[in-house]
Amino acid sequence: MTATLNQYETVKYSRIYSLGAARGDLVVTNDEVAGPIDSSDEWIRQRTGIITRRRASKDLSLMDMAVAASLEAIQNAGIDPKEIGAVLFSTITHPFQTPSAATLLADKVGANPAPAFDISAACAGYCYGIAQADALVRSGMAKYVLVVGGEKLSDFIDPTDRSISFLLGDGAGAAIVGPSDTPGISPTVWGSDGSKWDAVNMTASLLDFRDGTASWPTMKQEGQTVFRWAVWEMAKVAKEALRVAGVKAEDLSALVTHQANIRIIDELAKQLDLPESVVVAKDIVDTGNTSAASIPLAMHELLKSGAVKSGGLALEIGFGAGLAFGAQVVVLP
Amino acid sequence: MALSKDEVLAGLAELVNEETGLTADAVQLDKSFSEDLDIDSISMMTIVVNAEDKFGVKIPDEEVKNLVTVADAVNYIADNQ
Repeated sequence: MTATLNQYETVKYSRIYSLGAARGDLVVTNDEVAGPIDSSDEWIRQRTGIITRRRASKDLSLMDMAVAASLEAIQNAGIDPKEIGAVLFSTITHPFQTPSAATLLADKVGANPAPAFDISAACAGYCYGIAQADALVRSGMAKYVLVVGGEKLSDFIDPTDRSISFLLGDGAGAAIVGPSDTPGISPTVWGSDGSKWDAVNMTASLLDFRDGTASWPTMKQEGQTVFRWAVWEMAKVAKEALRVAGVKAEDLSALVTHQANIRIIDELAKQLDLPESVVVAKDIVDTGNTSAASIPLAMHELLKSGAVKSGGLALEIGFGAGLAFGAQVVVLP
Repeated sequence: MALSKDEVLAGLAELVNEETGLTADAVQLDKSFSEDLDIDSISMMTIVVNAEDKFGVKIPDEEVKNLVTVADAVNYIADNQ
């Protein structure tokens, strides 16, 4: 007689239980970054919407911020970290090729021996993480999943770079995803376009740096190419995310885009023709662009400030280096 | 029917006005978008995408950097309608 295999027992729905946030400990003004790029506070405000960006001092590591954000999310979820069945850490600034940041994070937050791995999807990383957490929970592979988007981008900037460095900040945002009685995370619209691999990337590889043919690799971008893609292509992705979620723009409480640049956020919101009732997250004004951390940080701030309420719907959309993108509608925790 | 260069210039001036508030008479053929009209790269891309819709042309990313003056843009649009 042939033995019958066990398979995971699936769960019908998932949702985000809670969020956690940690920002860099330094408030860096435009005046502090304007000099090396021959710019001014006014120019940076007009072009990017940024008034200050948060950066981490030398002694505050990416891991420190990720742990702080994770512990807040775990506490707010009211779960035992031992129940976490997977830890997904979206980051592009973990300064080791291996081991992953996620395994250390899992250990530090009490989730050892949960499976843990990093996601390299840059500014789309948090939405990639939520997509995978949703799949892991509903498939029955994990009861709870810790998703973290965290970056210490200030380790990978060139103060004289006019393309992106002056936008960037440091921080970490965390979410706990778990089973739900009602739908809490829509299908995800996600993808990539490697034909634009060099639209946002590093100035050199680590091998070039080792061989002395390049200086320390830092971030750079083709601003116009990225802007066109981030607004007009991402507007299509956002509309598709609403369609697959089965909701309309007027059903949303909030639009939480990757906090890339206020003009991308404003133009994207315009393309979506949102009613005034939809709150558009603009955490970039005080925090800067924190890549994978920007969506959970912005959503955390909207909830903390009372601008949106738990139970409302938010369209979250991440987009950036890869190029990579991901969008889903979630019930706010 | 293809638009004349004067008609393209007039249409382009409308798009520049929508994006920047500059009046149509400021948008002259010999003006540089960045130097004379103070249009930054992001505003330029918004104008380019709107011009694609308005004139039914395709303006690839790699072509945008060649559109230095208003005349460059008018000629490209007129030639690629």
